[in-house]
Amino acid sequence: MNWISNVMPPRIRSFLRRDTPENLWIKCPDSGELVFHKDLEANLFVIPGSGYHMYIAPKARLDALFDGGVYELLPTPEVPLDPLKFRDVKRYTDRIKEYRQKTGAADTIKLATGKLQGFDVVAAVQDFGFLGGSLGMAAGEAIITGMQQALDRQVPFIIFTASGGARMQEGMFSLMQMPRTTLMVQALREAKIPYLVVLTHPTTGGVTASYAMLGDIHIAEPGAVIGFAGARVIEQTIHEHLPEGFQRAEYLQAHGMVDMVVRRHDLPSVLARLCALLTGAPRPSPVLALPAIA
Amino acid sequence: MRSYLDFEKPVAELEAKIEELRTLNAQGDMPAIGEELSKLEAKAEKALSDLYAGLTPWQKTQVARHPQRPHFVDYVQGFISDFTPLAGDRKFGDDNAIIGGFGWFEDQPICVIGQEKGSDTESRIRHNFGLARPEGYRKAVRLMELADRFGMPVLSLVDTAGAFPGVDAEERGQAEAIARGTEACLALGVPNVAVILGEGGSGGAIAIAAANRVLMLENAIYTVASPEASASILWRDAGRAQDAATNMKITAQDLLKFGIIDAIIGEPLGGAHRDCAATIAAVKGAVSEALAALRDYTPDEARRARREKFLAMGRKL
Repeated sequence: MNWISNVMPPRIRSFLRRDTPENLWIKCPDSGELVFHKDLEANLFVIPGSGYHMYIAPKARLDALFDGGVYELLPTPEVPLDPLKFRDVKRYTDRIKEYRQKTGAADTIKLATGKLQGFDVVAAVQDFGFLGGSLGMAAGEAIITGMQQALDRQVPFIIFTASGGARMQEGMFSLMQMPRTTLMVQALREAKIPYLVVLTHPTTGGVTASYAMLGDIHIAEPGAVIGFAGARVIEQTIHEHLPEGFQRAEYLQAHGMVDMVVRRHDLPSVLARLCALLTGAPRPSPVLALPAIA
Repeated sequence: MRSYLDFEKPVAELEAKIEELRTLNAQGDMPAIGEELSKLEAKAEKALSDLYAGLTPWQKTQVARHPQRPHFVDYVQGFISDFTPLAGDRKFGDDNAIIGGFGWFEDQPICVIGQEKGSDTESRIRHNFGLARPEGYRKAVRLMELADRFGMPVLSLVDTAGAFPGVDAEERGQAEAIARGTEACLALGVPNVAVILGEGGSGGAIAIAAANRVLMLENAIYTVASPEASASILWRDAGRAQDAATNMKITAQDLLKFGIIDAIIGEPLGGAHRDCAATIAAVKGAVSEALAALRDYTPDEARRARREKFLAMGRKL
């Protein structure tokens, strides 16, 4: 809002707003570079100049992951809603309704199966845009279902994590998703099903402290914040400024928590290469060139 | 010297008066004082029992954090003989926030792991107020694996506000350490029992508390995040901790109803800190009972029972 909006009649104001949607140009949070939305979309929401990885919605993520953008969405189970009858500044049920309307999804996890450079896989994508990707009963149950699907089909399981952590509004039911998902990770291990974790921005709290850090292989997107405690909490505890690059993907790799940091464009081929190596399956068709892993 | 919580003020006043009369009574035997004294004592007891019958979740939080509440070391002294603490994660260091070791519980060797908050300034600092770093969880994993190999059940005594939020903890993989802790609990072929003694704080608790039987002391709390942290996330105001404590259902009574814990251990009137010996005896009895019920499990049965219990959680409400 500026002084013009104060003197303009409301009808003109709303007309103007419609004509110039806020999201037409996207500003890179890193370099300040302005990118046309369509160009950004075409580049998988990676800023072309700076290489900054912006938020990508689950659908776009899955479209880019599977061969030809073809995959089947798998149903996620329904769970009891609002076990605590919770309200903070809003009722939890209202909050959920709002996010369901906004995203068109039931909760934060989407499950899909399809071919990844020729390999059958089951993939789960956690949407940070749905209540901060928080881990509640719906997400926990969806992850369990996804892992079970991978077990039943005997195919690798890939998860793209993004979450602020536990879903506070579900209290201890939320915390219990940590052991619950861990049990399924163990089942994947026993069955020798590859479990590949792609940590995307941000992955923190109870999600990092359970399934996100229990993968056979950990891949992170560049610049993603990955950690247990939030930076603000740490600053308040130790009363110090945090080191440069603290909790970023590259920092985690340097500290031994992540196997590799991989650009979004390269994820399908890197994941496919790992699937091939871990299952001993024949290498995918040579038509699909694999980039060298730096 | 007993320290009183804010909400215990009416009881504190009565007990102060009783103390005064006792001193007077000791100076010279006056029947009138004796009579008054017993009246007051009855009144104080009634006030205490009324107060504790209706504790709010926030009041329970204060009781759970009471500085005179018995801690890990008191329980170990109370019912573990030949306790042999073991140190180090064999990777980086040792963490005093989590103590672990082997000892005898009744007639069997047992592995005991838990957080110690400390009881005075010096010991609180030494134990980092019960806030563990990755080394603490990795030590716990190491001990659980040893216990599994040597067929010892594992007892976890949980009392922590949470895992330590610090730069060093993060750079050494706090999240991974917690995840591996939970995983180690779930992989045990020996039975495990966890007791939430005071605070069961978040991932820092579950990393050692994913057990066949999870017991909670009557006034303990078990939380996804401390009431203060929850309040700052939900209301952006840590001052709303009381509301968070109330709305997030953190008491033993609520969690038993939800099937998240398996049993409640009663505390003496006025809370565990009023009678530490009785509390320790009650915990011992409950652990003994829980272990007896799990004693005949084969490794597969122990794992399967744990798995089924956790997977069923929240599915039917």
